[in-house]
Amino acid sequence: MNDLATYNFAYLDEQTKRMIRRAILKAIAIPGYQVPFASREMPMPYGWGTGGVQVTASILGPKDVLKVIDQGADDTTNAVSIRAFFQKVADVAVTTKTKEATIIQTRHRIPEEGLREGQTLVYQVPIPEPLRFLEPRETETRKMHALEEYGLMHVKLYEDIARNGHIATTYAYPVKVEGRYVMDPSPTPKFDNPKMHMSEALQLFGAGREKRIYAVPPYTEVVSLDFDDHPFEVQKFDKPCALCGAENVYLDEVVLDDKGGRMFVCSDTDHCEDRRDCGHAGHMLARQEAAE
Amino acid sequence: MSAVPLLKVNDVSKFYGSRIGCRNVSFDLFSGEVLAIVGESGSGKTTLLSCLSTRLMPTSGIVEYHMRDGQYRDLARMGEAERRFLMRTDWGFVHQNPADGLRMTVSAGANVGERLMAVGDRHYGNIRVAASDWLERVEIGIDRIDDQPRAFSGGMRQRLQIARNLVTSPRLVFMDEPTGGLDVSVQARLLDLVRGLVHDLGLAAIIVTHDLAVARLLSHRIMVMKDGAVIEQGLTDRVLDDPREPYTQLLVSSILQV
Ligand SMILES: Nc1ncnc2c1ncn2[C@@H]1O[C@H](COP(=O)(O)OP(=O)(O)O)[C@@H](O)[C@H]1O
Ligand SMILES: [Mg+2]
Ligand SMILES: [Zn+2]
Repeated sequence: MNDLATYNFAYLDEQTKRMIRRAILKAIAIPGYQVPFASREMPMPYGWGTGGVQVTASILGPKDVLKVIDQGADDTTNAVSIRAFFQKVADVAVTTKTKEATIIQTRHRIPEEGLREGQTLVYQVPIPEPLRFLEPRETETRKMHALEEYGLMHVKLYEDIARNGHIATTYAYPVKVEGRYVMDPSPTPKFDNPKMHMSEALQLFGAGREKRIYAVPPYTEVVSLDFDDHPFEVQKFDKPCALCGAENVYLDEVVLDDKGGRMFVCSDTDHCEDRRDCGHAGHMLARQEAAE
Repeated sequence: MSAVPLLKVNDVSKFYGSRIGCRNVSFDLFSGEVLAIVGESGSGKTTLLSCLSTRLMPTSGIVEYHMRDGQYRDLARMGEAERRFLMRTDWGFVHQNPADGLRMTVSAGANVGERLMAVGDRHYGNIRVAASDWLERVEIGIDRIDDQPRAFSGGMRQRLQIARNLVTSPRLVFMDEPTGGLDVSVQARLLDLVRGLVHDLGLAAIIVTHDLAVARLLSHRIMVMKDGAVIEQGLTDRVLDDPREPYTQLLVSSILQV
């Protein structure tokens, strides 16, 4: 037996899991509200998703199928190590397929493929407080949430427009949940904000260093803040994915050579592979095949 | 001025432990009226202003405000949400140190626009126009609208703080030594501006100052405080030209000698 055998299932002891589950239940009951919890030391540094890991560890069961993504990819260092961690401490099945997963832990993206009922998306959140930018005092931000004083969020957007001519915030774009709490969707691109709205899946957010958990239950209204004359818009990409030809997906730039060659491909690697398996091809893939 | 008071202050006292902050203060303030609270340092001016503006809870006594719906409300019994709403819509508070009343790291335009956004204005263009108008009214060039107050002089910061407070058309403004930290020449310009705005907008104001010249220029009425109590009050010209209390006579003569 290796030394990990001394750990409880999914690393955390049952009492800690119960504490975190209570926080999760409260978060689900009050969509968008940041619930404080006694964040534990995890065997990885803060900034590596300790909040998300604790949430996942608390809801994971032996029959779950886990997917972990960083940016949109399953094969980055962070994703690989978190996936390996849960394989070790919980011996759960893992997958890269969005469809097959029951729990998806993510750092930056919401999968392109629409999530279904019964799936749970767990976000790793670095800074949960959307008002922190302009109001560093936590006593004050708590009061602002309690009294629904959200003028400051629009001050931030105002500054954006004054400086750039348009709302230049592209990540961590603030949303209002179920018409009540303003929430930071963590470092996801605003491109993914519309996917949060009325999602069939349960969305849980864990911030380890900041000791906060919040949630968006299935079928909940999630509205991106904006001005009447500067309405919310998602990023648009000029071309489809160079590999699978997908349109209306979030693309990453990939540098091809040192002569300025580059292409834009799906940030969601599983989605891209899936499409290619189904026979879709972008212009780079078509070119490669022609060359072969 | 209307026949019913905007603010009714009844026997307000504030103790810090056993130390007196202010005691047994009563008066009415009518809409459009400017009241100066004068007295030397430590006489209880700031304490009283804080009790009136709900920044401090009085130890005893009642402060009532005539709401826009025509009802009087005991400020101490008002819920926090409603009180904070009142403070950023129907009231203004101008701090002696502008940094206490401004957001130093957002632009002048956003500083002025914040209250509008707080009450639900969601049209950037309109907020921008309102901010420009107010900057103009307080004599700040519109080309400074996107600059942060960090880059402003003391006088400009104070004028920006005033604009930020007045953008929601409040009926009552509290000011604590508004010209306190400023050079004499800058003070004069600010006083002119405040006087013009108060007159044009028909504002009621309560202005704390240790400077009788400020009181003379801005106020209709004066309350003189000593050791936490109001020892004399009346129309500004009467109190300054014909002070009845020996202490007030001393105050007035000392300013004349300077
Ligand atoms: N927070 C406080 N704690 C204890 N005593 C205070 C406090 N604030 C003011 N005081 C005391 O209350 C009295 C009135 O002070 P203050 O209202 O600041 O006067 P003023 O504004 O006229 O200078 C003084 O004796 C002062 O020392
Ligand atoms: Mg004072
Ligand atoms: Zn693709």
